[in-house]
Amino acid sequence: MYAFEIERPSTIADAVKALTQEDAQALGGGQTLIPTLKARLAMPATLVSLTGIGEMQGICLADDGAVCIGGATTHATVAKEAAAHYPGLAALAAHIGDPAVRNRGTIGGSLANNDPSACYPAAALGSGATIITNARQIAADDYFEGMFATALNEGEVITEVRFPVPQKAHYEKFVQPASRFALVGVFVAKYADGVRVAVTGASENGVFRWTEAEEALSANFDKSALEGLSVAADGMIADLHGSSAYRAHLVKVITGRAVAAAA
Amino acid sequence: MPKDGGIGASTTRREDVRFLTGTGTYTADINTYGQVSAIFVRSNVANGIIKSIDTSAAEAMPGVLAVFTGADFADVGGNPAGWLINSRNGEPMKEPKRPVLAHGKVRHVGDAYAAVIAETEQQARDAAEEIIADIEELPAVVDMAAALAGDNFVHDEIGTNQCFDWGWIEDNRAATDAAIKAAPHVTTLELVNNRLVPNAMEPRASIGTYNRAADSYVLQTTSQNPHMTRLLISAFVLGIPENKLTVIAPDVGGGFGSKIYHYGEEALVLAAAKKVGRPVKWVADRTEAFLSDAHGRDHVTKIELACEKDGTFIAFRTETMANVGAYLSNFATVTPTYLHGTLMAGNYTVPNVYVNVKAVFTNTAPVDAYRGAGRPEATYSIERVIDMTARELGMDPVELRRKNFIKPDQYPFASAAGLEYDSGNYDALMDKIESLIDRAGFAARRTASEAKGKLRGLGINSYVEACGIAPSNLIGILGARVGLYDAATVRVNATGNISVMVGAHSHGQGHETVFPQIVADMLGIDASTIDIVHGDTSKIPFGMGTYGSRSLAVCGSAMVRATEKIIVKATKIAAHMLEDTPENVDFSDGQFKVKGTNRSVSFGEVALKAYIPHEYPIENIEPGLEETAFYDPANFTYPSGAYACEVEVDPETGKVTVESFTAVDDFGNVMNPMIVTGQVHGGLGQGIGQALLENASYDANGQLLSASYMDYIMPRADDLPFYRVDHSQGTPCTHNPLGVKGCGEAGAIGSPATVVNAVIDALQSGGKNVTHIDMPLTPARVWAAMNNA
Repeated sequence: MYAFEIERPSTIADAVKALTQEDAQALGGGQTLIPTLKARLAMPATLVSLTGIGEMQGICLADDGAVCIGGATTHATVAKEAAAHYPGLAALAAHIGDPAVRNRGTIGGSLANNDPSACYPAAALGSGATIITNARQIAADDYFEGMFATALNEGEVITEVRFPVPQKAHYEKFVQPASRFALVGVFVAKYADGVRVAVTGASENGVFRWTEAEEALSANFDKSALEGLSVAADGMIADLHGSSAYRAHLVKVITGRAVAAAA
Repeated sequence: MPKDGGIGASTTRREDVRFLTGTGTYTADINTYGQVSAIFVRSNVANGIIKSIDTSAAEAMPGVLAVFTGADFADVGGNPAGWLINSRNGEPMKEPKRPVLAHGKVRHVGDAYAAVIAETEQQARDAAEEIIADIEELPAVVDMAAALAGDNFVHDEIGTNQCFDWGWIEDNRAATDAAIKAAPHVTTLELVNNRLVPNAMEPRASIGTYNRAADSYVLQTTSQNPHMTRLLISAFVLGIPENKLTVIAPDVGGGFGSKIYHYGEEALVLAAAKKVGRPVKWVADRTEAFLSDAHGRDHVTKIELACEKDGTFIAFRTETMANVGAYLSNFATVTPTYLHGTLMAGNYTVPNVYVNVKAVFTNTAPVDAYRGAGRPEATYSIERVIDMTARELGMDPVELRRKNFIKPDQYPFASAAGLEYDSGNYDALMDKIESLIDRAGFAARRTASEAKGKLRGLGINSYVEACGIAPSNLIGILGARVGLYDAATVRVNATGNISVMVGAHSHGQGHETVFPQIVADMLGIDASTIDIVHGDTSKIPFGMGTYGSRSLAVCGSAMVRATEKIIVKATKIAAHMLEDTPENVDFSDGQFKVKGTNRSVSFGEVALKAYIPHEYPIENIEPGLEETAFYDPANFTYPSGAYACEVEVDPETGKVTVESFTAVDDFGNVMNPMIVTGQVHGGLGQGIGQALLENASYDANGQLLSASYMDYIMPRADDLPFYRVDHSQGTPCTHNPLGVKGCGEAGAIGSPATVVNAVIDALQSGGKNVTHIDMPLTPARVWAAMNNA
């Protein structure tokens, strides 16, 4: 780790201001950033901790029934407090990492980082969520821009994420056995106007929607609707833990399991 | 038996009080007045010429006290291999020098070529980044076959990448070849025994201290055998006289072999301590552990099993390439040879065995003994090819093994691979396991799995291994450069309690509990009055350390011999006190008693007399009650076992789930069943880990791809089943006083083949034409094998 300054603002406005400093870096729960710092792979001058900002904490329901989650809310809090409103989302949060990760890691941190194998991007994209920042509202379909890339501007902070609640949903994760991140994770959500299928872990471009499956499942929300569909191996990640063909195969298998388990 | 537990009691582990409450003292926990920090600069290329190293900017950094490079150690000795192996043509193995710091060339990613000593770790890290090394990267030598065929040498001066080409037993080669040529059935299997990273929970750490007034040194270090480390530093590396160097291994958080060896970092902190006049401390981070700890296994093997049509074994023939990495670690040459080739007859009466091992230098981390050390490789090859043979012959795999087992009345049995097994009963082990696992019920369990869409498989196999190394005279003939006795001193204090100084080091094994149980049993006193002292060369007799499941069989035997001497002397003192002759005095339950009378003195009274020798026959008996014994074993010990595993395979994803694992082991007599069970559990975790999860994977450029827990798959609790462990079928070792064989490695030796055999059985039951998959059987590999992808 290199030496750095740390600031702990208590309001979004102060955080945004602090982030205008040269080489300032936002710090959520630190589950990615702290290991990166320990390995001396990043050298921010100032860390701006977001977890002490009260207005970015907690879960509530919007007038339209959407579940609103503060950007600094931990996975453990989501797992517990979203369970009654959006069980599919709460279950996803309950299986991110391990208890230490879930008690520190935040939804905003996860979405801002957009690790191609993280779970939350699948939930956000699969739910058609809205990413709310200090500056604007971004539809999930416009937010994810590839591996570790998002629509966020420099210094922009995710203050809240708003999830429309589907009729049925499920996140099925087939883990990479070392990291226990998703080797392939599929979030399936059935809304009145159609089904969304978001896939994490598989693509070199990060989380994506499997539109053919969405169409087929919108017509018939049953695993059998996927028969005959396939995912191209082209563009899938190939690494120690699986070839691109394996990941492409798993996308279909795991999607089928997510549909079968959706409730 | 003493009331707090003697031999055979499942006494809870006294060392766990500190291990489980965070009050152990590991090397990293030790902080000394004035200590400074060492940080190593390691190569990020696998092969390269060090053209220049500019340390001037680093030396000018705040807090920096000294910077070392390989040039500083160019004139000191190298760290040697402990065993000379001769090639089939009689030539000695190639032994390139292993320096303290790389000099001239870097030879693997993680090879340290400089070190910075600074007031703080942070300052040392900052300065390390200012060292400017001009290293010309060269193509890396990674693949063993390519290394042997090519002319890109890891060590230019030896002009080859082949360390040796060893044949065992060379005189059996022609007969084995002829037997295989004439055999009615030959099964051939080519396999990889995957490279593993030891992953001790505690990374390596060392503190060097120099005392200028006495011109003496202390090294506190993470070691499984401090005396060997002292000997290597003294006799080969730095030339510090043994009497001027104390090596202390305090609490050590696991070793699994990786901390047997002397590493350059230990020499560096000693040299640095003298140069800067301050204690110098280094603690590896996890990345350094991945890159620079000695790895394990890494064989590429072709094994053939020749047999009659009825399954009677005729011959095993094995050709292996064994990776030794970039430098020879201390046991790197004995592990793939005498700890592997000599076991290649397995549990069987096979008449012909021949093994050829080529050891190969590559631009990878050194490879050395890792839990099991050669025997897991042997068992895996043998027990995999037997299953394959059974399938080809249409025989039950258990029946094929039983048909060829050495029978209980054949001991001592001279195996075709050159060992004399002293004891065993492989049929009894197999009987036991078949009853424990309800083999008859397997078909119903398979049907139930199939109803869930899963394929179920069963693997059952045997193993025999060699522990308790080793008879010094024998291994001397075979090339060992050390003896492998061990030593213990039993010191009875005046008030009757006891300190036992042992050569073996305990780093999780439970010596502090078990060794006192044995002495307590022999003396009829409470184990709580006995303590073990270990790990400090200034306090203990010269021991050869803890590895190869040898501590109890060898050091424990020394302790028994020393305790017997205590009893002999104490009996003389007691006889004097009882005014009788020693021949007329019996000793039992802590009491010396004149035969046929009720006249007695207690052990405690005798101890007091020995130290307060009033009215004492000083002309005939020395005061004091302290005895030392060195024990050199007459033979190896031969633990054996039968293991069974049931797995489920998800045919859609390739994921393997271990549904059950049962281990029936013959460890001879068992001193503490709970600790033995724990040792088996740990070994099974590592064996199942090898079979399904773990793999140290280098790319063609010599970069370690699995260099963190993000990519190296460590077994976790939910990867492992609840084990069923049985050691009721022990046949005592015939040549050591406790009748013990050693239990530390068995789980890791016997289990990889069990798991793989079970997976192949599952896939075959699902109609998949898969006869072999190389470990680890990750979901991706199993899926690829099922789909020929």
